[in-house]
Amino acid sequence: MSTAATTTPAPSGRFQKREIRWWSSLLWPVAGLALLLIFNAFFTPNFFHLEVRDGRLYGVLVDILNHGSKVMLLALGMALVIATAGVDLSVGAVMAIAGAVAAQLINKAGVPFPVVIGATLGVAVLAGCWNGLLVGLFKVQPIVATLILMVAGRGVAQLITDGQIITFDDARLTYIGNGSFVGLPFPVWLSMGMLAVTVVLTRKTAVGLFIESVGDNQTASTYSGIRAGQVKFLVYAFSGLCAGLAGLVAASNIKCADSNHAGLFLELDAILAVVIGGTSLTGGRFFLVGSIVGALFIQTLTTTMYMRNVSADVAPVPKALAILIVCVLQSPTARKKMTGFFRRRNAS
Amino acid sequence: MENDSKALLEIRGLAKSFPGVKALQGVDFTVRRGEVHALMGENGAGKSTLIKVLTGVYPRDAGIVRLEGTEIRPTSPKSAEALGISTVYQEVNLIPQLSVAENICLGRQPTRLGLIRWGAMARHAEAALARLDLKLDVKQQLSACSIAIQQMVAIARALDVSAKLLILDEPTSSLDENEVEELFKIIRKLRAEGLGIVIVTHFLDQVYAIADRITVLRDGQLVGEYEAAKLPRMDLVTRMIGKELSQLAPKQTTESVEASAPKREPFVEFRQCGRTGSIAPMDLTIGKGEILGLAGLLGSGRTETARLMFGIDKIQTGEMFVDGKSAAFKSPGEAIRAGFAFTPENRKSDGIIPHLSIRENIVLALQARQGVAKAISRKQQDEIVDKFIKVLGISTPGPEQLVMNLSGGNQQKVLLARWLATQPRLLILDEPTRGIDVGAKAEILKLVQSLGKDGVSILFISSELEEVVRYSERVVVLRDRAKVGELTGSQITEEGIMHTIAAPQSK
Amino acid sequence: MRTYSKYIPLFATGLVLLSLYLVGCISFKGFGSLRAFVDLFGDNSFLGIAAVGATFVILSGGIDLSVGSVVAFTSILIASLVGHGFSPLTAIGIALLAGTVFGTFMGFLISVFEMPPFLVTLAGMFLARGLGFMVNPQSLAITHPFFLERVANGLSIPLNDRISIPFTATCYVVTFIIALIVAHYTRFGRTIYAVGGDEHSAALMGLPVGRTKILIYTLSGFCSALAGVVFTFYTQSGDPAVCVGLELQAIAAVVIGGTLLSGGVGFMAGTAMGVLILGLIQNILNFKGNVSSWWTPIIVGFLILVFILLQNAVVLVSKRFGGKLGAAG
Repeated sequence: MSTAATTTPAPSGRFQKREIRWWSSLLWPVAGLALLLIFNAFFTPNFFHLEVRDGRLYGVLVDILNHGSKVMLLALGMALVIATAGVDLSVGAVMAIAGAVAAQLINKAGVPFPVVIGATLGVAVLAGCWNGLLVGLFKVQPIVATLILMVAGRGVAQLITDGQIITFDDARLTYIGNGSFVGLPFPVWLSMGMLAVTVVLTRKTAVGLFIESVGDNQTASTYSGIRAGQVKFLVYAFSGLCAGLAGLVAASNIKCADSNHAGLFLELDAILAVVIGGTSLTGGRFFLVGSIVGALFIQTLTTTMYMRNVSADVAPVPKALAILIVCVLQSPTARKKMTGFFRRRNAS
Repeated sequence: MENDSKALLEIRGLAKSFPGVKALQGVDFTVRRGEVHALMGENGAGKSTLIKVLTGVYPRDAGIVRLEGTEIRPTSPKSAEALGISTVYQEVNLIPQLSVAENICLGRQPTRLGLIRWGAMARHAEAALARLDLKLDVKQQLSACSIAIQQMVAIARALDVSAKLLILDEPTSSLDENEVEELFKIIRKLRAEGLGIVIVTHFLDQVYAIADRITVLRDGQLVGEYEAAKLPRMDLVTRMIGKELSQLAPKQTTESVEASAPKREPFVEFRQCGRTGSIAPMDLTIGKGEILGLAGLLGSGRTETARLMFGIDKIQTGEMFVDGKSAAFKSPGEAIRAGFAFTPENRKSDGIIPHLSIRENIVLALQARQGVAKAISRKQQDEIVDKFIKVLGISTPGPEQLVMNLSGGNQQKVLLARWLATQPRLLILDEPTRGIDVGAKAEILKLVQSLGKDGVSILFISSELEEVVRYSERVVVLRDRAKVGELTGSQITEEGIMHTIAAPQSK
Repeated sequence: MRTYSKYIPLFATGLVLLSLYLVGCISFKGFGSLRAFVDLFGDNSFLGIAAVGATFVILSGGIDLSVGSVVAFTSILIASLVGHGFSPLTAIGIALLAGTVFGTFMGFLISVFEMPPFLVTLAGMFLARGLGFMVNPQSLAITHPFFLERVANGLSIPLNDRISIPFTATCYVVTFIIALIVAHYTRFGRTIYAVGGDEHSAALMGLPVGRTKILIYTLSGFCSALAGVVFTFYTQSGDPAVCVGLELQAIAAVVIGGTLLSGGVGFMAGTAMGVLILGLIQNILNFKGNVSSWWTPIIVGFLILVFILLQNAVVLVSKRFGGKLGAAG
């Protein structure tokens, strides 16, 4: 109402005054990752050991990249979704659906390989469009909208595979998850390729700008002529595509489609990776490289514990602590309280 | 002012500042028992701050607040309530999903052994409403009631806490005439019961209909306290706006205005365009290259007119013509494609994208109009941005600075740049100089003038009458959500506008 | 009609429940039997109790993803404590306390630091799951006579010579009744609705918003822990790996029960019906035998969709009505 009421206390100086370039946001996730790697350099034998066998690189670091690729793929789509102040809980289920479609089609005689891949990714994109429709058009809250597919998706996957675990041994399909290319596992190339594609798609076109502006201030974006609903639709569709690719990798890894376990809880890892990467759950700026680093951080954490003979079952504990630390670092309230900057804003 | 024996609330020398703003300085305010006291003032006058200090939302910096002779220092709305100060806000602060009875009793429900007695609660709520001569099904959901009824339920809740002082913050903004009359009946009844009532409203007719006394604030300072019956409308308006008639600058006529005014081809035309609850149907024409001023007090419907024109709200009655062709915008995007641009009144919530850079904020609208595929290359972006930073004098270390870190004036320039980059044919400026420093203000106004010369039509909305008078070719005057007059040529003076605003209702 | 539009989803829930039950009774022999009816409550008791906690959280506009993990953690904690020679009642007491404190901790972070409930309870989910495995990495059978004899037989209420109400069902029904009273007959319960309806207004109305939020997650933690206790009664074992995704089922039951996920509107009784609907779907598919298990999530997902769209429609209609009345000229 009055100017006085809308005037907020000045920003807390140094922290916000700084220009934010994309690499400066990498500071925290990279520091976390580096800390983990340094720890391993000293305490985990053979962690940095690499060797070349049959023209292919082997070692723990390669494994981290390889195993982390699924979450990296998911995190790319999730980053865009979260940037619009949304969330996609269904990616794990969509992975299962994608795996099921691929396994069923590859075992059918006479279906050309490109059709298999195309159909798989098409179905995944369709699933994403469904989410996008609910969020963008019907304005259902993202958590709720994507919960539907999260619950029903695994059922759909089983419906496709008729409840069976479908195995396959098509060399081309198994290559996606197990092959290697110029010394590195194919999934690593795939996720790096998707990173490049996503960066180009968002930063070389106006898509990234629209996503960030819708997530940061939807009203102002609408007033500037951006169709917020369409932008949201698009990011969920893209998240579906990423989930489809991750689903292909997951199925190909184990040479079968396991609808019950494929991608189980990976949506949470993907969300975590994005948040560690510096993207705020309230929307706005997104950081693709940061999300990739976040995914690698999670995978390194898991691998570290595995190598130190910590049971895989206990692994969630440090993950939880990571979430809480990131939460505290991101929470403006917590920051304010910690820096003693406590002045509650109650302006209308 | 000596100690008034009938005084219920006495405020002396109240001061409150925020970083960079002195919201209230040495304000005195007195409310007596059994009176309705209107608190008047334009934007930034300090009404909201005064109310927030009174209800414990903000602590005060200096001054004395006495209720019934004892000094009070409320720390929260709840503690203010406990002292007997209750507030009812315009955007009814109740819980729409709960029943009427619950909303009246929430937090104070009658219980036995810790369990709520719903029957007793309903009876209690009915009794509370009966005090307002209101009979409702208290079990119905609040959201099923009209806004007017919700407002009255809020008042019932406020009174139920044994209020001595009732503050009504813009209670009539969303009500129609009959509903306002109902509300006033209740206010008069409460006045007769000896309550002190403070009312904040922008509707002049309503002030004279209900208030016994008027206190006017301006720029955080007290202008004066008056008896409503002895204060002519014209005086009230001049005191709110801050100009004595004698000190008004003589109208500045420039030849160009005189000469070109009648010859303009219309660009945008409103033919009886209106929207229920927003603005009454009105005619309005903006010529090509014309600067049309839109004057009126706060809440008179200026922003509503702009929203209607820009496609944010749909036009319900009448028809809009652009370039002589009928146009019905369903979204701002369509308006933008027709060459419209709009800098909103509330920069922070509706204008800037705070966490994005100056560059991104500036290219946003142009990019949105071009579509996703046709990306503006980084080189073009930099050229556009550098140009506008220079032309508009945006002071910043660089184009990658986040907009949230800029001063208000520079944020406003960024918004202007966003629209100028689209080379608009119509620029709707809603309070473009609000809350920005003098230097930036002058620069922005200079720009407005030069844009007009370049053939851009401008709808210029401002509460600074001086600005409106100086820069507009014609001025449309609004009052109480309706057009009440149109001034041209030599009629455009601050005095003329104020007379039009203050003129008694013609109906 | 418009006034009571908030009851439409609840009415729809009741209709779905009734028709499912009738379809089951008509189609299958023994579906409508007293035993099947009693078992419906017994088999879904821990889900039901967890859903009670989830209802409170969702009514306040929040979400709790830690439910399943806390159930698993509690169950393994009890099994382990009893295995180490603690008396069953002490073990149960410790487990309930642990779950409750866990909830308080999450509520504290959410309320005081204004962290998003989604992330905090996600962390809680991982934390509780990991802690469970730290207590004991494998499932652990409970052989204490208290669980085998007392709970399994001694505390069940016989209806006739063959059928008796299992103690787990009793636990659920009692929890439900208490929750019903808390939600509808206490100031705390009504404050939950108010916070979920409009937090800002609730604060301006002088309601203790922060305290209530902490209490809500505390309550949810307690309910999860209680569900864990009932789970040990039900399975006579503790297992850190169980109940993965129970929180989703609980949320599904709440949504199907007509509670608005944005908070402020909903019914404890609706949640109970939602739990029974989930149970009935499972039963029907079990009875049918040859129907594949994957139809369960698909049907549940479909029901969630239907109810969300129904709620959206109701909100839209009542808004339009409210707006029209408000702006009537």
